[in-house]
Amino acid sequence: MQTLDLQEIGLREVNATLHAQAENTNQTAWEIVNPKGAHAIACGLDAPIEVTVRGSTGYYCAGMNQQATVNIAGSAGPGTGENIMSGKIVIEGDASQYLGATGHGGMIVVKGNASSRCGISMKGVNIVVQGNIGHMSAFMGQSGNLVVCGDAGDALGDSCYEARFFVRGSVKSLGADCVKKEMRPEHLELLKSLLDEAGIDADPSEFTRYGSARNLYNFDVDNAGAY
Amino acid sequence: MNSHDSKGIPHTTPRQSATFTQDVNSDIRRAAATGIYDIRGGGAKRKVPSFDDLLFMGASISRYPLEGYREKCETSVTIGGLHASNPIELDIPITIAGMSFGALSGPAKEALGRGASAAGTSTTTGDGGMTPEERGHSSKLVYQYLPSRYGMNPNDLRKADAIEIVVGQGAKPGGGGMLLGQKISDRVAEMRNLPKGIDQRSACRHPDWTGPDDLEIKILELREITGWKVPIYVKVAGARPYYDTTLAVKAGADAVVLDGMQGGTAATQDVFIEHVGLPTLAIVRPAVQALQDLGMHRKVQLILSGGIRSGADVAKAMALGADAVAIGTAALIALGDNDPKWESEYNKLGTTAGAYDDWHEGMDPAGITTQDPDLMARFDPIEGGRRLKNYLKVMTLEAQTIARACGKNHLHNLEPEDLVALTMEAAAMARVPLAGTEWYPGKPGTGY
Ligand SMILES: Cc1cc2nc3c(=O)[nH]c(=O)nc-3n(C[C@H](O)[C@H](O)[C@H](O)COP(=O)(O)O)c2cc1C
Repeated sequence: MQTLDLQEIGLREVNATLHAQAENTNQTAWEIVNPKGAHAIACGLDAPIEVTVRGSTGYYCAGMNQQATVNIAGSAGPGTGENIMSGKIVIEGDASQYLGATGHGGMIVVKGNASSRCGISMKGVNIVVQGNIGHMSAFMGQSGNLVVCGDAGDALGDSCYEARFFVRGSVKSLGADCVKKEMRPEHLELLKSLLDEAGIDADPSEFTRYGSARNLYNFDVDNAGAY
Repeated sequence: MNSHDSKGIPHTTPRQSATFTQDVNSDIRRAAATGIYDIRGGGAKRKVPSFDDLLFMGASISRYPLEGYREKCETSVTIGGLHASNPIELDIPITIAGMSFGALSGPAKEALGRGASAAGTSTTTGDGGMTPEERGHSSKLVYQYLPSRYGMNPNDLRKADAIEIVVGQGAKPGGGGMLLGQKISDRVAEMRNLPKGIDQRSACRHPDWTGPDDLEIKILELREITGWKVPIYVKVAGARPYYDTTLAVKAGADAVVLDGMQGGTAATQDVFIEHVGLPTLAIVRPAVQALQDLGMHRKVQLILSGGIRSGADVAKAMALGADAVAIGTAALIALGDNDPKWESEYNKLGTTAGAYDDWHEGMDPAGITTQDPDLMARFDPIEGGRRLKNYLKVMTLEAQTIARACGKNHLHNLEPEDLVALTMEAAAMARVPLAGTEWYPGKPGTGY
């Protein structure tokens, strides 16, 4: 394993080293030590490498990730994995707000809790949270799946489009145009595969599915109160 | 109409209200019939103090002019040299503003790229992401990073020559975007990751940051992802230009794009366009003041937009301290938007050439603000590009003509001292004297 000491070489050097890894690099295992909450660690990666950050990170760790697997052996700051395209991010601790914002693909796994606006404007990413999530999560979620093994806060899925939400515990309130939906066999199957991929042991049948009622898709004056 | 009633008493002349004008009444009838606010494209149509209220003095005995065609008047500008290793070098200080693919057709975006590249300037993507035809035909392409992040992906980000973080637009400071269902073709839907035919509301705030401290971290992330190579612009609407410019610079912007209320939009509520934001004339000096107070004038570039139409506007913007301008509406008109040759078709849509602004409906007779294949086919991107190039060249020549007359060998050497104002309002906003006086309202030391 290659070790990068962030305090010693600085953020630019850490990221430049990881960005320099080509598609076919044979140095696939990396660790970053002494992150000390720094921002933008390991953002913009685009190679099949595995990076472990030993400690907690600031804003935008693994932002716009492609292909890489990034493990955060600590807690993660706001906007972690924002606009992730592919690959996987695993957070051992808790995640702050805007986790996986606008993510297009790949997977984010949180072993602890995720704060507010988790999966905001998600566009295809799969997010699996073992604990709870905060308010306004998946606001304007377009596509992808948000799986919550604990509880969800206020206004889940407000103004959402085609994103799907699976919650095992309680939902404090649903946002505008977000409704409870029937769990059909294909959803149980999908949920099982998401939980498996996240490495989380939970029974899909205990979850409830939520998603868009599609009432706000085209403006209608009789819905004006919901806008 | 009889001039007298049946008893022989004369009628008074029918009198229209200055408050309830025919325009206002038609708005009320439209609202009553539909129950929804009016959405339209374009910028503020009301008359506001503008660059038309300023004049250049030209040379005289105390200042001598440069010889037209013989003595050079430079027009080049470098944008983003403060932090970026590859700043943008432009031959002319007139750039093409961000206009979304979705609002505009693919061929229209291509034409903007062709025209801008041929004139030695940059063009800009918009809400909806980067299209290959636009990237392919633009020698310098600025990639917009918007709240909706529609179509945003790191591969395109890395293909950009500069990144523009959009905080706001002059037509709608504090407003999000709107692309109504009728314009969502398969291609637009796919790029935006949404079902076809539904209204696409773009958020008004960025999903993963709020406020100036977060913005600084967002800029850091974008720089790290792009290796500190390309400039990062911050685009703000003309609302609080002194503070917004200050905060953008402190957050690490290489350039500030400032857009006044006349600035066009693809689709916004008419009430928003007409009643929110500051006129372009009013926002330049406070922004320049902010840059000067930070010691950053000419280091962080100021790009001004909102109703720029001619070389005179360009010269005035630069004399007040801008480094460059951006054009949206004027570029579309150069391509053929609102051309009277389509008058009979505009009439069918209940409008007339010059007034057509229902761009969101996707029925543009000129084939520019549409996704309809038949209408799009009317527009030739090569011819459009040629027309835009011509127009950009004319604007540049016009600005040079004025600068030479003021004795300037570079457009950047134009200065507020070259200008006077025709009205008190313009004098106060531009901080240049009322013509024939030494005074403007608010002039330090005058007590007014
Ligand atoms: C059709 C159209 C689409 C636009 N789309 C965007 C956009 O996607 N993002 C953005 O920041 N501004 C957008 N704008 C605003 C322009 O970038 C620019 O601020 C404005 O057009 C400048 O004013 P002008 O039209 O008077 O030149 C759009 C403007 C028009 C006319």
